[in-house]
Amino acid sequence: MFKIGKKRLLAAALATLVSGIAQAKTDLTMYYPIAVGGPLTKVVDGMVSDFEKQNPDIHVNAIYAGNYNDARVKALAALKSGQPAQLAVMFSIDVHELMDLHAIIPFDEMAKTPEDKAWLHSFYPALMKNGEVNGKTWGVPFQRSTIVMYYNKDMFRAAGLDPNHPPATWKELVSMGEKLTHKDANGDVTQWGLMIPSTGYPYWMFGALTKENGQVLMNQAGTKTYFDKPAVVEALSFWKSLGTQYHIMPKGTIDWGTLRQNFLDQKTAMMWHSTGNLTAVKNNAKFDFGVAMLPANKEPGSPTGGGNFYLFKHSTPEQREAAFKLVKFMTSPEEAAKWSIATGYMGVSPAAYKTPALESYVKTFPQAAVARDQLKYATAELSTHQSGRVRKLLDDAIQAALTGEESPKAALSSAQKQATRILRRYH
Amino acid sequence: MSQRSTQSKLLSQVTQSLSTASAWVLGLLWIFPLLYAFWAAFHPPAYVTHFSLTAPLTLANFVKAWHQAPFMSYMVNTVAITLLILAFQLVLCTLAGYALARIAFRGRGLVFALILMQLMVVPEILIVQNYQTIASLHAVDTYFGVGLPYFASAFGIFLLRQTFKTIPQELEDAARIEGCSTLQIIRKVYVPLAKPTYVAFALVSISYHWNNFLWPLVVTNTANSRPLTVGMAIFGAPESGVDWSVICAGTLISIAPLLIAFLMFQRQFVQSFIRAGVK
Amino acid sequence: MTRNQQLYAWLLLLPALALLTAFTYMPTVATIWHSFTGSGMQDNVGFNLDNYRDLIDDDVFWQVLRNNLIYAAVTVPVSIVLALVMALWVNSKIRGKGALRLAYFTPTILPMISVANIWLFFYTPEIGLFNTILGWFGHKGYNWLGDPNLSLYSLMLMAIWKEAGFFMIFYLAALQGISPDLYQAAELEGAGRWTRFRRITLPLLMPTTLFVLINAFLNAFKLVDHLFILTKGGPNNASNLLLYYIYENAFSFFDTAYASALTVALLLILVVIALIQFGVIERRVHYR
Repeated sequence: MFKIGKKRLLAAALATLVSGIAQAKTDLTMYYPIAVGGPLTKVVDGMVSDFEKQNPDIHVNAIYAGNYNDARVKALAALKSGQPAQLAVMFSIDVHELMDLHAIIPFDEMAKTPEDKAWLHSFYPALMKNGEVNGKTWGVPFQRSTIVMYYNKDMFRAAGLDPNHPPATWKELVSMGEKLTHKDANGDVTQWGLMIPSTGYPYWMFGALTKENGQVLMNQAGTKTYFDKPAVVEALSFWKSLGTQYHIMPKGTIDWGTLRQNFLDQKTAMMWHSTGNLTAVKNNAKFDFGVAMLPANKEPGSPTGGGNFYLFKHSTPEQREAAFKLVKFMTSPEEAAKWSIATGYMGVSPAAYKTPALESYVKTFPQAAVARDQLKYATAELSTHQSGRVRKLLDDAIQAALTGEESPKAALSSAQKQATRILRRYH
Repeated sequence: MSQRSTQSKLLSQVTQSLSTASAWVLGLLWIFPLLYAFWAAFHPPAYVTHFSLTAPLTLANFVKAWHQAPFMSYMVNTVAITLLILAFQLVLCTLAGYALARIAFRGRGLVFALILMQLMVVPEILIVQNYQTIASLHAVDTYFGVGLPYFASAFGIFLLRQTFKTIPQELEDAARIEGCSTLQIIRKVYVPLAKPTYVAFALVSISYHWNNFLWPLVVTNTANSRPLTVGMAIFGAPESGVDWSVICAGTLISIAPLLIAFLMFQRQFVQSFIRAGVK
Repeated sequence: MTRNQQLYAWLLLLPALALLTAFTYMPTVATIWHSFTGSGMQDNVGFNLDNYRDLIDDDVFWQVLRNNLIYAAVTVPVSIVLALVMALWVNSKIRGKGALRLAYFTPTILPMISVANIWLFFYTPEIGLFNTILGWFGHKGYNWLGDPNLSLYSLMLMAIWKEAGFFMIFYLAALQGISPDLYQAAELEGAGRWTRFRRITLPLLMPTTLFVLINAFLNAFKLVDHLFILTKGGPNNASNLLLYYIYENAFSFFDTAYASALTVALLLILVVIALIQFGVIERRVHYR
């Protein structure tokens, strides 16, 4: 009895002590979205608790906030209530909006020591493009992806194609696609050559096609769009022609969410999709599959995508320091490697790929390196002031062209006209 | 005479069985998504789009779904939040419904119109502002924080007002002569007679709040108060491509209590209607 | 009416009104205010009508409004008639009543997030259920969600599924409340089944019909959760609805001021619809 009593007393004393310490701790709140499958909230929790072990004076509430859109709603609500988070992972392309709201601070303000500055330059330059505005860095890459081409090697073999030679150019894409498209006696297609999704994020896929055609979609300052440039119109016409002229892809729009299942069910020989699908395809494919860079027309290329870390303005100097520390920790090579293996997202820095963990993973699963290798040709994802609205203009134009409601040229020039009007006041 | 009666009997039998058959066809169509959820949840992912009698059964999807989120505490939270909201709604709506149905106070029309207005306001649009209110009450991440905006339900008030109006005034007068107070009258006369309405409203309220997502997500942060739908959302994200087997397994986990309650409740549900109906 | 009773009425209403004020009226007033004084995410930039001017010039707004009216015009009557038929069935002596009730009630229990994903599977071309079934009959199938001429109707189909089962509950509750004596009396007078339905059931269900009708109309404008998963309003706004467009403006475009103006427009539409319905129908509703 006495013993128990003593133990209790000790526990109570400890508790007071701990709570005393807790009061001196810096409290951080971090929102993060999850947009790929798997028990990822646990991975994040694990990383955060490792961080807390290293920094006993910091306490982090890492809060799962739904998908990117939900996370944005949550962040906005918290911001307006005056009790915002100190940091968050949000879409890399939300940067202009967050800046216009005066909600975030640039990382340059925090990176004062040479080590910190070196850290800020340690990432793949392509992944920094969306975070750099007006010569400052506002977003640091964390869960980043890019578009790659998944292809069914068994189908390539069956069609008499070399499974280790996926199409590298648009021309090859069409000619191989034609060989890979099968029809039954009625003339109905039983196997498609290619599918490029056109719901969810049409502008993203389109960003790849335009980059391959040698044209970006906007300027770095996010004040101008180039939707009606000839190379852009040509890219959209090409996308459309895959269905209407070459018949290697279904006509109309193709759903983003169900495309992976189409690929897994062998309804299409090739699909363009996010690297975020890699782990799921790997686990479920009943056939030999390959991952390739997207084919080039004038040059190879793909936009990057995904989420960056942002530091919010509304916080104490201690919190800012602590938040900065947390971002550095989460994007350090070891953690980035761990995150990449768990999710299929990219390791955000060259150093991450040199860690033993990621190095050996890539060796056993070379498909995981394609996204990295493609980074040298990558461009920024469409991001401007009033990003959401401008993005939707382009999305609508793409869908109007693919469904045959408007010609690519007409759809794109009307989108450009409206985008110019919206962006006029940001010049 | 007898021939005609057999004929009409036959005719009515035919229409009867036709009607039964169509009822069943419609029922099958209606329950099909649920049946599909069972199919996808209990089979390996390779069979989500292929139906075959020989497909192997598996529980792996449930295991996978279960590990994505602390479902146990989410379940407790969901039950607590749903019941908390329902309890407040029943009391508040009864009081307000009675006042609107039976007391001819000045401004009644205006108040009723105001309450109906709430039906037209979409709560999701007010998220940002309601979050501010909840935050200023320091109720973020609590059951009350999730529930408060829903405690007063215009839907419930409207429904009960309609029902109370159909209850004969004589019953109230009789009770009053016996010396009952207004609260007693509400409890002893109105509530028992409106039982079908209460059951219908409870069903609707429970189903709605059991499945509510965006507001709870925004106003909760931890497993202390997060409901099931937040757990569901983790694997219900079409961003990465839909994984039907896990989504369906998660769905079945999250609706199991509701489904079981409905099956158990179903007989009582009907009886309560009948008792109230016969009076 | 005594003063005492007046007071009593207000006391009974007080808790509900207080909560409604805090969580509905005040934020609604703030929204209206924001639509006249806000710009983008900023508050109080001075009184202006810019948001409303934008609204009138906004082609997407008009398209979305048209979509929503078509959507309501189809889903409301179809789901109400279905709901009534279902309720009559499960209220009669039909075989397997319990199972049927559960079946009709399914849409109400299933969370939208998973149900929409299941419907996504039904609709998706190549591998989807609907096209597979059509394939058995030698039909090529449709791009249900990707064809601008079909996508809105595909959404309607799912909405009807979701709504009819829900409304059935109210009809069932009302049917159970009708005294069997009435039917017996009518039968003694030699009234046929159809006559009994028309002369007894329908009139007695009138208050329920009013209630269901109003809710059906409101839901046609208020329930857009399935759009998030099925079409996101596409292709090219072919299936976009007003509330989803408001969401897009508020939370994707960071333009809460314009979203507020759209919200006010939505509110006005709903009020007008409700007023018309009350005006027309309240006169025909008989309370016992």
